[in-house]
Amino acid sequence: MHLLSFTLLVCLSSLLAGFLGALTGLGGGVVLVPVLTLIFKVDIHYAIGASLVSVIATSSGAAAAYLREGYVNMRIGMFLEIATCIGALVGAYLTGVVSPSVIGVVFGFALLHAAYASSRPRSEEWGLDQPPDRLATYLRMNGTCPTPEGPKPYRARSIPLGFGLMTLAGILSGLLGIGSGAMKVLAMDQAMRLPFKVSTTTSNFMIGVTAATGAGVYLSRGYIDPGLAMPVMLGVLAGSVLGAKLLPSASTKQLRTVFSAVIVVMGLQMIYNSLTGRL
Amino acid sequence: MENVQSVPSDEAVEKILGYLLRTGVLLAAGIVLAGGFLYVGRHKNEAPDYRLFHSESVALRDIPRIIRDAVSLDERSIIQMGILILIATPVVRVAFSVYVFLRDRDFIYVLVTLIVLTLVLYGIMDG
Repeated sequence: MHLLSFTLLVCLSSLLAGFLGALTGLGGGVVLVPVLTLIFKVDIHYAIGASLVSVIATSSGAAAAYLREGYVNMRIGMFLEIATCIGALVGAYLTGVVSPSVIGVVFGFALLHAAYASSRPRSEEWGLDQPPDRLATYLRMNGTCPTPEGPKPYRARSIPLGFGLMTLAGILSGLLGIGSGAMKVLAMDQAMRLPFKVSTTTSNFMIGVTAATGAGVYLSRGYIDPGLAMPVMLGVLAGSVLGAKLLPSASTKQLRTVFSAVIVVMGLQMIYNSLTGRL
Repeated sequence: MENVQSVPSDEAVEKILGYLLRTGVLLAAGIVLAGGFLYVGRHKNEAPDYRLFHSESVALRDIPRIIRDAVSLDERSIIQMGILILIATPVVRVAFSVYVFLRDRDFIYVLVTLIVLTLVLYGIMDG
């Protein structure tokens, strides 16, 4: 395949991934690596390098809008970024030492988890039925969340468990070149019992910083190839902007089901190809 | 409810921060696009092969070198510089948060944010 057609095809696929990722809330980065490795036969190191770059682009592009809505809890986000950044550094170093087939298997399971997590019921916890958590109070993590009936207070808890899960999310982000939003939301709405909207927006707010930490390591290790990262980044960015524009008017329930099914198939394929040494 | 504190939201700060982030992403995308046109134009008949991983050359890994070569219009270095700007946007956001927490005299979080900033910069300066 010539460079011009390769670049255009990769750009179009990335556009579609970014578009569907933004529309379904599942994130575009998660399908990029399977598409690049399984369809375009790109080595997994180059694929995760290009993918992580596109994760930063969509996160920084969306962060401005999330901040405005008032759901983001800056303190919780910043505190947990210590965990995700440490994890991202560990994960990015691991990428250089573990074999591609191990990365592929872990990637497959991360895909299956992302698909499963999107079908999970949303947390409607506010944590007001129990006494305030001492650590959360000391760190002033309790906040208010806008609701149709006005601002509603909520309380955070299980900070150490949340911190631990966030470290794992960071490791996965650095190892696989993804935003690992599903894992971040899990840490916040399942472990720390935060309202769903607070979890998802704070997670989005954190993804860019986590990804930048991993991407810095990738760049100096030579995983970021400009010829590949260019069409991926531009495509995902354009696709996610388009998806976010259409989101308010689109009915996404069926689309989410279809996209989740695609993610499951890709996850299984990644695991199969890794185990049979074809990745 | 004395233990429930509201998260300070300062519209002016958010506006500046949002503007910074959008500008950073647009600038990065513009530079990557420009480099991309040059790159495709100069190499369009080559066959790209990413099947085997061999680390990028030092010229595309070393930050001062990327900037120097981008200025002399090397197409790959231009794209790489756009990507560097993109990687820098979250860093700017964290640095900005240090200022916000300082302004609010929230010293625990000044420390927290400085730790995050150190970790991100460590990742970028690595190697």
